[in-house]
Amino acid sequence: MIRVCPLSALPPGEALRVDAEPPIAVFHTDDGEVFAVDDTCTHQDASLADGWLEGCEIECPLHASKFDLRTGAVDAPPAKLPIRTHTVHIEDDHICVELSDAQPNLPPGVTFGSKS
Amino acid sequence: MRAVTIVGASLAGLYTAQALRTQGYDGEVVVIGDERARPYDRPPLSKEFLAGKIEADVLTLESADDDLDARWLLGSPAVSLNPATREVVLADGTRIGSDAVVIATGARARALPGTRQLAGVHSLRTIEDAAALRSELLPGARLVVIGAGFIGGEVAATAKALGLDVTVVEAMASPLAGPLGTQMGAVVSGLHEANGVALRCGVGVERIVGTGRVEAVQLVDGTLLPADVVVVGIGAIPNVEWLIRSGVALGNGIECDHQGRTGIPGVLAVGDCAAWYDQRLGRTHRVEHWTGAMERPAIAVAALLGGDGSSTDRLAGIPYFWSDQYDVRIQFAGHVIEADSVTVEEGAADSHNLLAVYRRGDVPVGVLGMNQARLFGRWRRQLNAAVPV
Repeated sequence: MIRVCPLSALPPGEALRVDAEPPIAVFHTDDGEVFAVDDTCTHQDASLADGWLEGCEIECPLHASKFDLRTGAVDAPPAKLPIRTHTVHIEDDHICVELSDAQPNLPPGVTFGSKS
Repeated sequence: MRAVTIVGASLAGLYTAQALRTQGYDGEVVVIGDERARPYDRPPLSKEFLAGKIEADVLTLESADDDLDARWLLGSPAVSLNPATREVVLADGTRIGSDAVVIATGARARALPGTRQLAGVHSLRTIEDAAALRSELLPGARLVVIGAGFIGGEVAATAKALGLDVTVVEAMASPLAGPLGTQMGAVVSGLHEANGVALRCGVGVERIVGTGRVEAVQLVDGTLLPADVVVVGIGAIPNVEWLIRSGVALGNGIECDHQGRTGIPGVLAVGDCAAWYDQRLGRTHRVEHWTGAMERPAIAVAALLGGDGSSTDRLAGIPYFWSDQYDVRIQFAGHVIEADSVTVEEGAADSHNLLAVYRRGDVPVGVLGMNQARLFGRWRRQLNAAVPV
């Protein structure tokens, strides 16, 4: 479990990149939900935390692939593989992320640290 | 409509086929390609693939679950189009008739005259080009890159990381002078220099020296640059010569309206070969960026399937490109040609981390980001939303 930050430190509409291997992106939607997914787009190396958040959908800042933050599914190409999702808990008004033990779908040629 | 022929089997051709199916067309689809390979992604050819970080198998553009039900005719280029019957003839004699033709024949690398037969001289457009170049990028070799555009800049950065001794020669005053203007192009000059790549701007190439194999590049000022390998990255030429007798209007590319229709009913064009009417510029403008090849086919297909297209008056987004050079991601959207000023609004040139806005008078017409993906994305969105004036 990663304790990310106080909920109040991530206003609705904002995103945060968490250094992990691989990195994680945490989103606070305008509707008040918090989601965590792998930060690196499954298509090519770009940080989804820098992308455009609309509803529960994140658009990659490089090629505009879209992912559904609830499921990780690809909503728009060029990405072909879903983004891995992580479980978010709010504990003591802190955002906590429970990392998935599924394999990440990192883009070709991208590796992070020893785990990937 | 019962049959659509797509001439071109790269990004724009594939996305045309996908758009046809996504938009409900259930007739026959034929895709013609001059290369034997199924559609593959070209941007990594100058970066990750050239660096040996990825192999050809991951470049494929199709997904396992694509169900295009298309007939692929690969390995023979189209040589003519009959405007009355829309029949396409291939070099191997195959004739394909259909109700509509979408042209996506792309562009090819411009060559330096008289250098094709010289070993060690490369251009970079196809996967074969990239594989051939990759085999010669050996540590310690001397590489001269002619042209500091997208290909030249990316090849220089990749080769430098592989341990080559790299010199870039650019005829204009700075790298990327056309797409970014010379003021921001100068920032890219600094990027090359900061990474230990020698840059010679404002000087042309007189000739490539060598018999059988390249030995040096001679510049017009007399300088002789010894070279083991040369990459020529001096732009691309649209593949439209096969249409000269077709009646399709050709300028710098295939002249189209704002949704890809040519003047011939049932004939459209997308991707690098197409010059769509740009409402912001008030004229046709050929865009050879990856994103245009990906986004515009859906607009063209909507125009094709919607008859006169009046009900689906989607506009193409402003041109957008990215280029990864060294540890910097360059992103640009808009039209430099419209601008009369450019201002750095975030970051600084010497840090290679900046956001610059191009304006005509007070009106933003373009935005450049270097390692500023988040801010750049917001600006690009605003520019796309702005109504052309």
